[in-house]
Amino acid sequence: MPELLDIADRIVGWANDDEHVEVYAVHERETEVRAYEQQVESLTVAESQGIGIRVVRDGRQGFAHAGTLDLDVLAETLAEARDNVAFATPDEWCAVAEPDGVVPIELDLHRAALADHPTEAKIAAALELERLVADIDPRIVGIESAEYVDTIAESAVVTTTGIRSTSRETGCYLSVYVLAGEGDETQTGFGFSIGREPGDLDPERAAAEAVERATRLLGAVKPESARLTVVLDPWVSAQFLGIVGSTLNGESVLKGRSLFADRLGEEVAAPLLTLIDDPTDTAAFTATAADGEGLATRRNVLLENGRLLRFVHNSYTGRRSGGASTGSAVRGYASTPGVGIQALTLVPGTRTQAEMVADVDDGLLVQGVSGLHSGVNPVSGDFSTGAEGLRIRGGELAEPVREFTIASTIQKMLQDVSEVGGDLEWLPMHAAGVSLVIGDVTVSGA
Amino acid sequence: MTSIDDRPQGLLDPSLLQDTLHTALRNGGDFAEVFVEDRRSMSALFDDGRVEELTGGRSRGAGIRVVVGETTGFAHTADLSPEGLRSAARAASAAASGGGGDRTVSLDDDRSPRSSAVAVLPADVPKARKVALLEDADRVARAEHDAIRQVTARYADSRRRIQIANSDGLLTGDDQVRTSFSVSCVASGDGGMQTGRESVGHTVGFELFDRVDVADLARRAARRAITKLDAVPAPSGEMPVVVGPGGGGVLFHEACGHGLEADLIAKSASVFAGRRGEVVAAPFVTLVDDGTMAGEWGCYAIDDEGRPAAHNVLIEDGVLTDYMWDHLRARKEGRDSSGNGRRQSYQHLPMVRMTNTYLAAGDADPDEIVADTEWGVYVAQLGGGQVNTATGDFVFGMTEAYLIENGRITAPIREGNLIGNGPDVLRDIDAIAGDFAMGSPGTCGKDGQGVPVGDGTPTLRVTRLTVGGTAA
Repeated sequence: MPELLDIADRIVGWANDDEHVEVYAVHERETEVRAYEQQVESLTVAESQGIGIRVVRDGRQGFAHAGTLDLDVLAETLAEARDNVAFATPDEWCAVAEPDGVVPIELDLHRAALADHPTEAKIAAALELERLVADIDPRIVGIESAEYVDTIAESAVVTTTGIRSTSRETGCYLSVYVLAGEGDETQTGFGFSIGREPGDLDPERAAAEAVERATRLLGAVKPESARLTVVLDPWVSAQFLGIVGSTLNGESVLKGRSLFADRLGEEVAAPLLTLIDDPTDTAAFTATAADGEGLATRRNVLLENGRLLRFVHNSYTGRRSGGASTGSAVRGYASTPGVGIQALTLVPGTRTQAEMVADVDDGLLVQGVSGLHSGVNPVSGDFSTGAEGLRIRGGELAEPVREFTIASTIQKMLQDVSEVGGDLEWLPMHAAGVSLVIGDVTVSGA
Repeated sequence: MTSIDDRPQGLLDPSLLQDTLHTALRNGGDFAEVFVEDRRSMSALFDDGRVEELTGGRSRGAGIRVVVGETTGFAHTADLSPEGLRSAARAASAAASGGGGDRTVSLDDDRSPRSSAVAVLPADVPKARKVALLEDADRVARAEHDAIRQVTARYADSRRRIQIANSDGLLTGDDQVRTSFSVSCVASGDGGMQTGRESVGHTVGFELFDRVDVADLARRAARRAITKLDAVPAPSGEMPVVVGPGGGGVLFHEACGHGLEADLIAKSASVFAGRRGEVVAAPFVTLVDDGTMAGEWGCYAIDDEGRPAAHNVLIEDGVLTDYMWDHLRARKEGRDSSGNGRRQSYQHLPMVRMTNTYLAAGDADPDEIVADTEWGVYVAQLGGGQVNTATGDFVFGMTEAYLIENGRITAPIREGNLIGNGPDVLRDIDAIAGDFAMGSPGTCGKDGQGVPVGDGTPTLRVTRLTVGGTAA
């Protein structure tokens, strides 16, 4: 692996006296194995790297990025970033981050066991996953994909203001997407298992979940339109929380694009909701010790008992709003640091999903949603997504349903949450899932 | 960094490509390919009343694949030196263990047509001119109405040069230039905030702005946000839906486009598997995927496997005529690729993707279609969608829509998704007008890869779709 800090140091050393420079460098090694009908469909072994250079001079910034760490390109990239500075409008808050004295917590996110894992074993894991699924239920008529993926990622941030941080993480997952069939009908389901090293993975669980999700939808009908209490599966609630998180973003607030901009200190959600963004929680798949500007990440309580306590900020939005960064700069190498939640979770309740369902007389368990990008507007709060799941009647799971939507507004859904489950689970996204009961949601079907 | 290397011969020397293919086939293999890419991009962002930043990007590298039986080995590298390529070729060949022996590849440069006839290379245009467009858009949008509280405008251009060599002896390349512009507005009123967006993107150079007026784009984005301030909750349940010209392409992209991709067909993960030659839609439905539409967002001279783009009729007069194919799927079936093998970058394996997908014009009168609809929804702008190809269920968002009451377009409605089932919707189309238009540029996502796609439709009506609003 190239020494990212050395490369970043070198570029920062090229800075002129009248400018500040921030260098973000990444290096990643990824292996992906896909199995299909007990053969290796594809084996990808890839190494990639990239660099993003930001130059700030007189309150203006310019940026350039490159997907290589070759020296000639790095010099060219710095020159391009410098050239871009002149076109930006001066902004008194524009600056690269400064060290803020918060000491990064040592997080154990890198496992040698993954780096040393032989390719043959990875191939065997993908093949085994596919085999497991096929053996569980005769109604499984196809397996669209069964894969093993792992990544070893390293990043570094160095600035002329004295920031010098690195982070290193390993991660891997198994995922499987299955087709269940009966007669002319086909239903789909997926399952996965995530970890920091191959030993963390649970292929049986991934296989069983995919099979259950697909087979329990067989015979699904379009439900009648109604207003119902819905129970969101953890997989769905994590996606919902991700959207809520985007409305609590300091940049959206400053630029007048957040629903909650003027509501700090107010009760914006049901009192049983406490929402925390904590990238220092090593259980989170997206845990990280340093943010995209190289500042230490920290635990940020956003909602406490339904009351809006704070927004997340990077150094720019923190300064401009009269405060400081919350260690929430997010980015890839091809963009300047944005602001975002990194590992969002609700404080869980105590009961299982089955216990929660038992208390719902007339409702619907939502196991999957589609079109979150097309039917949810985080500025207006309108929320409408395609969905599939099971009706709940008299506290029992009843007939499977599909081809319907659930709709409300983000503001109203947060107020209508009546229970948070105890089944908290970290997922391969920036939020954890937990079963949520939400009242008065419009179900549009037949 | 505006100097662009203009070597017409391509990116890498043919003898280096040939050596790389030899290394890739050292353990045997039925097919090997080197895909080389050099991409430069530039974007400028205006937000919150100021030019926030200009960004320049560069990415170059090669992806190498080796196919042995049912197995594909793939590796990529940003190191285009002989050693870098050799090492990636070895990694790709690891999946092949047949012990192949020496296979000779001789490359034949086909001098395929270079795709976009670009009049003005964006890299030759001063950055200040690009920034001036953004400032215009902001000014015009804010002047449109005092309820406009925020404006974001974005300019972007890219030049992607590719070169493909494979063990069948193919050596070819393409030079793809794309330019785009978008404006997003936030309006604020008594009922909260609303958004409006307009975008334009073509596979052309900076001459795009000879025919596109950014002020007009900005006005339309602003009006869309303003109009929605009065929006009523969208209805809930099944009803007739009329989709305006240009707006409905996403509907077909999701309702059946993805389901006609040969890789999904081969795995029986599509409701359209095994249905070639069957009637799948109303008799006046003709659906085409056309990578040759000059200047459109999804066009190119050759796909990312070196096959020429083509005009492919997928559904003709209601009958399913063909699927879309990439090299791998076509080879298995002993037929030609349809020129639909695409990849996001050299770091990705190619797969079957759409290009510009459109519904051919019919002969109905668009006004009569609305007048003939007693109650329903009129969708003027769609906002993306998603499909489960195995069940056919798909959603698409409406970002500008109205109620139709007694044959007249009335109140604007709030945003939401519509849901339907592909095969059902194709049968439930009962009117297609003659007012064909292409829609906004899109990015189609599949298996984590995004590629630029275009779409188009005339005004059309579906007798029954489920509208996902909150009104009773």
